[in-house]
Amino acid sequence: MTAAAALVAGAGAATADEHPIKLGGLATLEGPFAVPGEDGIRGIRMALEKFGHEAGGREIELITASSDASPDSAVNAARRLVENDEVDVLVGPLSGSEGIAVKDYAKNHPDTTFVNGSSAAQRTTLDDPSENFFRFSTDGAQWQAGLGEYAYEEKGYEKVAIVAEDYSFPYSLVMGFMTDFCALGGQVVEKFYVPLGTRDYATTVASIPQDIDALYVALGGSDAINFLSQYQQMGSAKPMIAGSITVDQSVLGAKGQQRDYLAGTITAGPIADNWDDPKWVEFKETYAEMFDDGLPSPSLFAHAYYVNTLAVLTALDEVDGDLSNGQQAFREALQNLELETPTGTISVDENRNAVADIFITEVVKDGEGGLYNEVVKIVPEVNQTLGQPEEEFLANGFASRDNPSCP
Amino acid sequence: MASITDETAEKKTSPVLPSLLRGVRWYHVVVAALLLIYPLIATDFWTVQIGAQSLILGLIGLSLMLLAGYGGMVSLSQLTVAGLAGYLVAIFGNAEWPAWLMLVGAVSLATVAAVLIGWISARTSGIYTIMITLAISVAFYYLVLQNDPIFNSFNGFSGVRPPEVFGVDWRAPLPFFYLTLAVVGACYLFVLYLSRTPFGLALQAVRDNPRRMASLGFNVTAHRVAAHGVAGVLAGIGGVLLVWQNGQISPGSVGIGPVIDILILTVLGGLAHPVGPFIGAVIFILMENFAIDLIDRERFNTVIGAVFLVIVLFSPDGVLGLWGKLKSWLARQSARNRVDQW
Repeated sequence: MTAAAALVAGAGAATADEHPIKLGGLATLEGPFAVPGEDGIRGIRMALEKFGHEAGGREIELITASSDASPDSAVNAARRLVENDEVDVLVGPLSGSEGIAVKDYAKNHPDTTFVNGSSAAQRTTLDDPSENFFRFSTDGAQWQAGLGEYAYEEKGYEKVAIVAEDYSFPYSLVMGFMTDFCALGGQVVEKFYVPLGTRDYATTVASIPQDIDALYVALGGSDAINFLSQYQQMGSAKPMIAGSITVDQSVLGAKGQQRDYLAGTITAGPIADNWDDPKWVEFKETYAEMFDDGLPSPSLFAHAYYVNTLAVLTALDEVDGDLSNGQQAFREALQNLELETPTGTISVDENRNAVADIFITEVVKDGEGGLYNEVVKIVPEVNQTLGQPEEEFLANGFASRDNPSCP
Repeated sequence: MASITDETAEKKTSPVLPSLLRGVRWYHVVVAALLLIYPLIATDFWTVQIGAQSLILGLIGLSLMLLAGYGGMVSLSQLTVAGLAGYLVAIFGNAEWPAWLMLVGAVSLATVAAVLIGWISARTSGIYTIMITLAISVAFYYLVLQNDPIFNSFNGFSGVRPPEVFGVDWRAPLPFFYLTLAVVGACYLFVLYLSRTPFGLALQAVRDNPRRMASLGFNVTAHRVAAHGVAGVLAGIGGVLLVWQNGQISPGSVGIGPVIDILILTVLGGLAHPVGPFIGAVIFILMENFAIDLIDRERFNTVIGAVFLVIVLFSPDGVLGLWGKLKSWLARQSARNRVDQW
């Protein structure tokens, strides 16, 4: 019976441009990334609110679906949105390996346009990209652009060890950091890749060499808190360089004796909580107004989903909601977009991946016993190959456990 | 000469076919006809995502039903065996093996793994079997998660497609559904047949009273290991179909969540008859896809959990048990009516 109902719905959708444009929102609303996933949906809703739920004179209808951060569930949810709900544009997914799987899925559905949520794997757009997959947010390697240079030249760190989680996204982060750092002559003496969700870091901490200037840490959420407390307890902690998701509010706000240690930690990413630019402040305030149950400040997930949805709505406005002819006009508009966002102007390259500004921040004390991330530098217009020609960048291979290396 | 070969051929095949057809009732024909017509009236999404996926997960559930329902061994490693077959298809596919060799290799290696698992767990029973097979599943999950050279660690493999045979794109919705239906239907009939063979009967006797069977001279362990092997073939075939359907496989496909899902859908449908896992799979997949429409998106997993709780609470034997209860209630009612008439 339900099958018949779906058929009828499908037949109805074939009529002219009067019906609303269907926008699919795919995020992880279950599993370990449920909190970031909800924040991603908040980002979509902010963009829709800004446009009054309308673009190009047509109403926008949002249909959400959930994955659990595994590629399987992401493809299943995408299939539901594309094949059953027949969305015109899909925004999502959230995490790196999901993004790669959805990009592959996109190839079989050329009539739908896929726009990334917040997933940041390098390969999604650099390795065998799909014609109808756009990413107006940046990848993990881009997020760390300029951090290596800042660490080497401003902070004077020359020898560094790395502790990171063992999967594609931290590999990208590490590559982003090391590209600059190694080119300047920095050394990464050892890398420790630990499984996601490790609780006991005693053996890792004990093996970290003592003759380093700083420790690069790319761990997220509870992993970061567990590691940092154990690292400090075991004495002689070195200054820290942090991956984009390592020193967020959950770590900075954690109680304990880490304040002195965390002060001076440098990191880089697509957003900076405490940036004083009016557009960013406005974005933060809108977020706080719209969501009583939201986070203290919009996370990079809310930001990425917001930016990507904003791109969709802006391009729809430009083509007056025209999605005919395999969405050709709409895609051209996306390709040529100069998108004004709370974090600067964003455009996409020929692989449809974002070129955007990256923020380098440093943890400072606010004078009342709190810590916050202060913007120390903005690296303008970072592209996916970190400024190198594409062939040269690809010749070094994709980010992995052993790539790059500079002992 | 010819008559002699004919005779032997007849002797070999004749007991199989009638015994397969003996159990066929009118509703079997109706269900088969409905399944054949289904993709012609359903959209692609309903054909593949709901239809074919229910059949595939049902097949993996069927391998668990064979072990748990007939053999009394609740194994949590059936999805692991399926996942191994799926991984092998992806790996051999990348190595560009010929299609038939890839399939035979993947299913046989998965079967060998299933026999090994059976061999390790056959001397245990009840909760200990569950623990051992769960441990194996977890170990396999971490193996594929951390092993880079063979299993490509966190990313797994994507873009896996069925080979083109006879010029048909087997991943297109209609061909894929019929391929799945044919394969799963054959496996289903095979299990029905197996349950009535001497081996199947001995297995059920081993389930009911292993000591008595041992004293009668049956090798209990050998029967259990063999059952694992047969279930491994079914799970392996299911794994191949699953990786083709999803187009990719990664550690998330063989994580603890999906491993438990197979147990849930099998118990949900019922262990008493091979059709149980398929009923369970349909309910499970419909819930998974559409619970989010019934309720607020932050609460939809609660709906799924509540439905499962209600079914298992009211019928420990799953949906099949409900059906059984309904039938006996109807029988009582009609008997009472007849008494009243007299």
